Amino acid sequence: MTNFTTRLDAKFEQCKAEGRSALNCFVAAGDPNYDDSLKILITIADAGADIIEFGMPFSDPAAEGPTIQLAHQRALASNQTLAKTLQLVREFRKVNQDVPIVLMGYYNPIYKMGCGDFLAQAREAGVDGLIIVDLPPEADDELCLPAIENGINFIRLATPTTDAKRLPKVLQNTSGFLYYVSINGITGTVTPDFLVVEKALIPIKAATDLPIAVGFGVKTPEQAAIIAKFADGVVVGSALVNIIPSTIDENGKATDETFEQLTKLTTALKQAIIEAR
Amino acid sequence: MSDSNKPNGLREGPDENGFFGIFGGRFVAETLMPNILALEEAYKTAKADPDFDKELAHLAKYYTGRPSPIYLAERLTEHFGGAKVYFKRDELNHTGSHKINNCLGQILLAKRMGAKRIIAETGAGQHGVAAATVAARFGLPCTVYMGAKDIERQKPNVFRMRLLGAKIVAVTQGAGTLKDAMNEALRDWVANVEDTFYIIGTAAGPHPYPMMVRDFQSIIGIEAKAQIQEEEGRLPDALVACIGGGSNAIGLFHPFLDDETVKIYGVEAGGKGLDTDEHCASLAGGEPGVLHGNRTYLLQDDDGQILEGHSISAGLDYPGIGPEHSWLKEVGRVEYVNATDNEALEAFKLCTRLEGIIPALEPSHALAYVAKLAPTMAKDQIIVMNLCGRGDKDVFAVAEILGHEI
Repeated sequence: MTNFTTRLDAKFEQCKAEGRSALNCFVAAGDPNYDDSLKILITIADAGADIIEFGMPFSDPAAEGPTIQLAHQRALASNQTLAKTLQLVREFRKVNQDVPIVLMGYYNPIYKMGCGDFLAQAREAGVDGLIIVDLPPEADDELCLPAIENGINFIRLATPTTDAKRLPKVLQNTSGFLYYVSINGITGTVTPDFLVVEKALIPIKAATDLPIAVGFGVKTPEQAAIIAKFADGVVVGSALVNIIPSTIDENGKATDETFEQLTKLTTALKQAIIEAR
Repeated sequence: MSDSNKPNGLREGPDENGFFGIFGGRFVAETLMPNILALEEAYKTAKADPDFDKELAHLAKYYTGRPSPIYLAERLTEHFGGAKVYFKRDELNHTGSHKINNCLGQILLAKRMGAKRIIAETGAGQHGVAAATVAARFGLPCTVYMGAKDIERQKPNVFRMRLLGAKIVAVTQGAGTLKDAMNEALRDWVANVEDTFYIIGTAAGPHPYPMMVRDFQSIIGIEAKAQIQEEEGRLPDALVACIGGGSNAIGLFHPFLDDETVKIYGVEAGGKGLDTDEHCASLAGGEPGVLHGNRTYLLQDDDGQILEGHSISAGLDYPGIGPEHSWLKEVGRVEYVNATDNEALEAFKLCTRLEGIIPALEPSHALAYVAKLAPTMAKDQIIVMNLCGRGDKDVFAVAEILGHEI
């Protein structure tokens, strides 16, 4: 647990006060290019995203399904870098102080930049949390503990393989929220059995006061509504990311259609979540 | 003979968290952590169980054909005009390379852990063939991930795997080589973690794989040490092995690490030259980073994105390297050098013509370095090179490079 309060804590408090689950939206930084990525951030925030998980592109995203792999590739093809991802957050913060940004990705680009440098820049840019797929609790000294020292939440993933023996280890230095991965698998592929997920959360809720967001395989407002009944947050990624390749023009630029569809889906997801309880 | 078991020697790694110095570790998604910890436990238990050893030794002898001979390459020795060149002939193993040593060890563990299904990644297809072989032998279904580019250049091995009953999944992501195949295998593992055992082929990946693969491959060095003692009555002056991920090399090197008189050379794939972007020399041209579950030297750009390597040899075409090699470089125990595509090809032809042995393109890199090293050494000195694979699989690719139609 941390002894500081972040934008994430405030957001979950707010959602709780409103009696609803939070909508976490995932998009990849620099997808399909830097300028459009900034507009996409602003678009989904304006359309009702409570929290944005912002993917840091990596050449080898081993936990991602095809949809998000391609998002990483589009971003890298448009020369996105970690430094530019931080710059996108900085620019977003000029127009939005409210929506927490959680950077999600893999360790190597951060390690290459240097953890100290990265954390200082992330904090100054207005990053609120980190989800680093390939840093399990056994590696907390690498980035998790330094992040907490810098006032940045480090959000851990719990999965269906996280048993009672392992759970305390997973919770130990987690703050902001806990991300429950609803399936054993990669992003955007299989849709989970929601009844199984609801049951899986029972021992976790008993073990922690942290808000719990559920993600992987949540694609439609209907599915989001089911999750929103029992989870503190609902994460939607691939369904949003899918809109980008199907609406960009031949030069890889977003079109009006891109922003319209993103707004439409985000609004519908939010509405479903609000009405769920 | 020097003391190979001295305390605080170079053979004691990794530590309990899987680190060799700063290298190694367990950098994996949470979904895999319980499995990796269970694997570590299972391996510890197996290591302490004489029955496990016995079963593995039996298979090594009667299935693989171990011990592989150590062979004095007289005509090459004469040709180079310096040190005596011995080959440790792991190309004579069942399936044609050293990869079977590790696969047998891992399949026995898989059985002990109750796995219902095997997955593997492969570059040259040697590991894929070995994994498919042990899966067939032990009656488990096997899926092999292989880069689409590698499938093209290693057709004979692809067919062998299919004959053995394995399902081959062509990986088109990235450059379609070993790195991308490993990503896909990891994705499969995460999705099927409950019943699937991942047989990693090289001494890399999350702990305990680098240690486990090394242990299973160390039979090469243990045998070589005894055999050269018998032939020459002393330790060799130099060891040479090629390095992609580095499993054959660590297998030969490890039993000799504390023998200070033995110089050790690891030969990376220099591709079209280290002054170009097209090579796979992670140690010479890379920097420490984190990929595929471990911290190690990686070919990467300024943003930490992993670069595609290049090598004529699919088995060396990997932008990383086993973490123990990274550590051995840092402590200076092993000297890491490289050989280019062309040098390897010349060595391939030379070995075939002078010794009547068609080597795989991977150990042809090692031989290319032996060609430089041997002439600088005295005639009473000894080099042991790991001839870790046979070249049957490469015949078609080499024919194409040399402009022959088969």
